[in-house]
Amino acid sequence: MRKLFVLGAAAMMTLPSVLSADTAPRDVAFADDGSVAESLTGVAGDPTAGLENATSRGIGNCVACHVAEGWKDAAFPGNVGPALTGIANVYDESQLRGILVNSKKTFEGTVMPSFYNLDDIIRPGDAYTGKAATSPDVTILTAQQIEDLIALLLTFDEPLPE
Amino acid sequence: MRIRAKHSAALASALVIALAGAARAEPDLDAKLVINGDLEMTTIAPAPAHLEGALGDNVISGWHYRDAATRQMETDDFENPAMSAVDEALAAWDTVDGSEGKSCADCHGAIEEGMKGVTAVLPKVTEAGALWSAEDFINDCRTNRMGAEAWDWDKDPMKNMTAAIALQSRGMPVNVAIDGAAAPFWEQGKEMYYTRYGLLQLSCANCHEQNNGNYIRADHLSQGQINGFPVFRLKNDGLVSIHNRFAGCVRDTRAETFSKGGPEFHALELYVASRGNGLAVEGPSVRP
Ligand code: HEC
Ligand code: HEC
Repeated sequence: MRKLFVLGAAAMMTLPSVLSADTAPRDVAFADDGSVAESLTGVAGDPTAGLENATSRGIGNCVACHVAEGWKDAAFPGNVGPALTGIANVYDESQLRGILVNSKKTFEGTVMPSFYNLDDIIRPGDAYTGKAATSPDVTILTAQQIEDLIALLLTFDEPLPE
Repeated sequence: MRIRAKHSAALASALVIALAGAARAEPDLDAKLVINGDLEMTTIAPAPAHLEGALGDNVISGWHYRDAATRQMETDDFENPAMSAVDEALAAWDTVDGSEGKSCADCHGAIEEGMKGVTAVLPKVTEAGALWSAEDFINDCRTNRMGAEAWDWDKDPMKNMTAAIALQSRGMPVNVAIDGAAAPFWEQGKEMYYTRYGLLQLSCANCHEQNNGNYIRADHLSQGQINGFPVFRLKNDGLVSIHNRFAGCVRDTRAETFSKGGPEFHALELYVASRGNGLAVEGPSVRP
């Protein structure tokens, strides 16, 4: 009995979206304005992990497109998207979740990627290898990584730049 | 955001300064590319009509988007690191290869004469109705006329030769045909240009049309023109072919990319070349 339980726990750690309580990408409930009220995981986000996420090229890579006071030490942030300094004064948690899960539901046709989405993907690839994806069920970020990023963005409560 | 709009916006330049203080500058549109002190290059040209204003009034060579030191390397053939690859190709031009005992020069004469203006109109549709890039013409000569082995699309002998051939059109305006037999290929390429590939759902246009002049991380987005190809990339210490660049850009959207030399990239090459109609052929140019 005990052994089985341990096995189960290990499996949960390696297959997050199958066995865990995460909301699957296609089950996320969006409001009309594109926001998502409910946490994807039920586990509070960790802003420190969120920062790691946002500034790592292989993970969220938010710095590729956004400047933010909260990651001012990251080298060469891009400016394809708007600055995120003070963004917590602009959007609430559910709006931020909606933007991160599927930015297109908030900003129609936006260049910003949809980080927890499986639909309308043309020629999905296996990470950055240029080869075909090995599974159709891969999202850019995991549900918990989204929650961690939201927790981070909610700390960006600086006064908005002029 | 377009460059002209950004260029004049004081707000934008303030942002650029705040961003880094490092070597980040708007594309210097006043810079002039003059090669070897006498060959003046058209690096900004009126946008072709088929773009219908998508890039504003002008198309702009990727040269303008690079830092001053990299731009400088392209102004002098002694400084341009691609020229040793060209020298290798010039030697190959005169070298007999294959079962027929022929060299390129045996059929085409001096490369300066035989290949003048060729790159400016490539890719183009052959009489047989195929869309051919420089690489296809080269391999057709090698296999059918010389009895030699085809060169790999993306290996040095091929890249070197495309550089040497491009050089014979240097300064001439890109002028690929998009009508008649080329039209269906051009339509296919255009469709690809606006398709949002991969998990990141990004099209060529998302980066090179909507965001040229902006930075994606440290990379200064250009219009993604191919008038400078093959380019010598300092980072790779070697020449990069057009299809290799396309493959890299599609891969970076977390997509399954297309094969170099395949039908999709042929069509895309024609379309992208046509977006630069009017710019001077600059190959081989220099990139960081
Ligand atoms: C490829 C570029 C790109 C990447 C990568 C990207 N974004 Fe964005 N983002 C944009 C653009 C463009 C907008 C503007 C939305 C619009 O109107 O199209 C935007 C908007 C936003 C907004 C709303 C800002 C506002 O002022 O309205 C937030 C919040 C945001 N992004 C967060 C993130 C986070 C967090 C990440 C990383 C997980 C990220 N973005 C990655 C391009 C990007
Ligand atoms: C995620 C952003 C992105 C997308 C999408 C993208 N590119 Fe690029 N591309 C870049 C970056 C960054 C560079 C290097 C800087 C530059 O020249 O713009 C580049 C460079 C190029 C260059 C070299 C330009 C030069 O003068 O050296 C060409 C050509 C090009 N891209 C074509 C394309 C085509 C065609 C597509 C679509 C299949 C495409 N790109 C999609 C980001 C992108």
